Amino acid sequence: MTAQILFDFFVFPGIVFTAVLGLLAGWVDRKVSARFQYRVGPPLFQNFNDVFKLLGKETILVKTGNRWLFIAAPLAGFAVLSLAATSVGTALFFGRAAGMDLIVLMYLLMFYSVLIVLGGASPGNVFSSLGAGREVKLLLADELPFILACLVPVVRSGYKLDFGAILAYQAGHGMLVASVSGAVAFVVALLAVQAKMALPPFHIPEAETELVAGPFIEYGGPLLAFWKLNQFMMLVVFPFLLILLFWGGFDLRGLGLLWGILKYLLILVLIIIIKNTNPRVRTDTAIAFFWKYLSPLALAAVVLAVLGV
Amino acid sequence: MGWYNRRLAKSLWVFHVSASPCNNCDIEILDLLTPRYDVERFGIKLVGSVRHADVLLVTGVINEKVAPRVRRLYEQAPKPVFVVGIGTCPTSGCCFKESYNTVQRREDVIPFDVYVEGCPPKPEAMIDAIVKLVGVLNG
Repeated sequence: MTAQILFDFFVFPGIVFTAVLGLLAGWVDRKVSARFQYRVGPPLFQNFNDVFKLLGKETILVKTGNRWLFIAAPLAGFAVLSLAATSVGTALFFGRAAGMDLIVLMYLLMFYSVLIVLGGASPGNVFSSLGAGREVKLLLADELPFILACLVPVVRSGYKLDFGAILAYQAGHGMLVASVSGAVAFVVALLAVQAKMALPPFHIPEAETELVAGPFIEYGGPLLAFWKLNQFMMLVVFPFLLILLFWGGFDLRGLGLLWGILKYLLILVLIIIIKNTNPRVRTDTAIAFFWKYLSPLALAAVVLAVLGV
Repeated sequence: MGWYNRRLAKSLWVFHVSASPCNNCDIEILDLLTPRYDVERFGIKLVGSVRHADVLLVTGVINEKVAPRVRRLYEQAPKPVFVVGIGTCPTSGCCFKESYNTVQRREDVIPFDVYVEGCPPKPEAMIDAIVKLVGVLNG
């Protein structure tokens, strides 16, 4: 039992699997983005080289600010995302969910954003603090539609919060994205996920043209490697979560594997296409977009789900 | 260290240090990122923060006013870090060689590893310089 938990967390759906798949997904992201701009793009193992290089560089701690928070934030973020990946992965592949349900997962994903804020605010750099502030605003903006969209599978599967029930409902009644409420909720969730990953058009906290690197500006060397790894791991956690909630799960046997990989690539490429075809929005535009348009849409999806459409 | 150096050679993140340039070299550096030259295929990426940098691209003649800041940027970068002088200015001082506020011994301000000649240097010349740096790293 303990061995299984350790294997889940450290190897298969947990750290090793998510990190390797995330680095490869990051390569897909960079390559597709490069092709969008008529460039060739980096080689396959580019992100591995980047992370190994960063791990071997000097660690610089800033003189001002809170040092232990500065060090703890990326490491805690890594732990949080590994836990999230373990719970989503075990639910998708083995139906165990590592003892977690949707509420714990939402808490973990929100906690990751809070860690970015803490890490960004700790060194006392102006750009970094501004980035942290923007991250708070973005979290405020995207959390409501994301939770509402995630409520739709919960409502449809008979008000059950555990992943097993959602997957079992979809196994019996077809994927949720094929129904009206599910499709609307999926679109809302996809856009909210875009903001949760702070990818364009919602890369307001990082905003390289105004804030240089946002919350990560003072990070260098191994600590930056952990932030980069976290960002790559999110490219696995969020698409897997969307597959779990709306696209009817991921079967490891036979043709199900191929079908699952296709679903994952489809969602990943959708995210990359949204990323590459939209310029950055302002903070107020983003909040207005999420609160004025997406939240009512998500609420409508919840109402439709209650009606059973 | 050989293994690590090869990783480093494949992922050089460059940071732009403008030490009082005329901006011509800076424009040529940005050319490297365009579809025609696309240095991202060698893993070279332009970063905004000096904490993320592996290579400092110094453009411009380093004058008395900017010298302490260049020194500070070099000290802020996590080591190992390499310094490439882009253009004639950091190489020889160009036409500002005899100027009253040009720093005469630029090597005391920041230790250069590679120089690229030209005013401004062609993007091919800069790629050649980076390739030489990569060659040194690969041994």
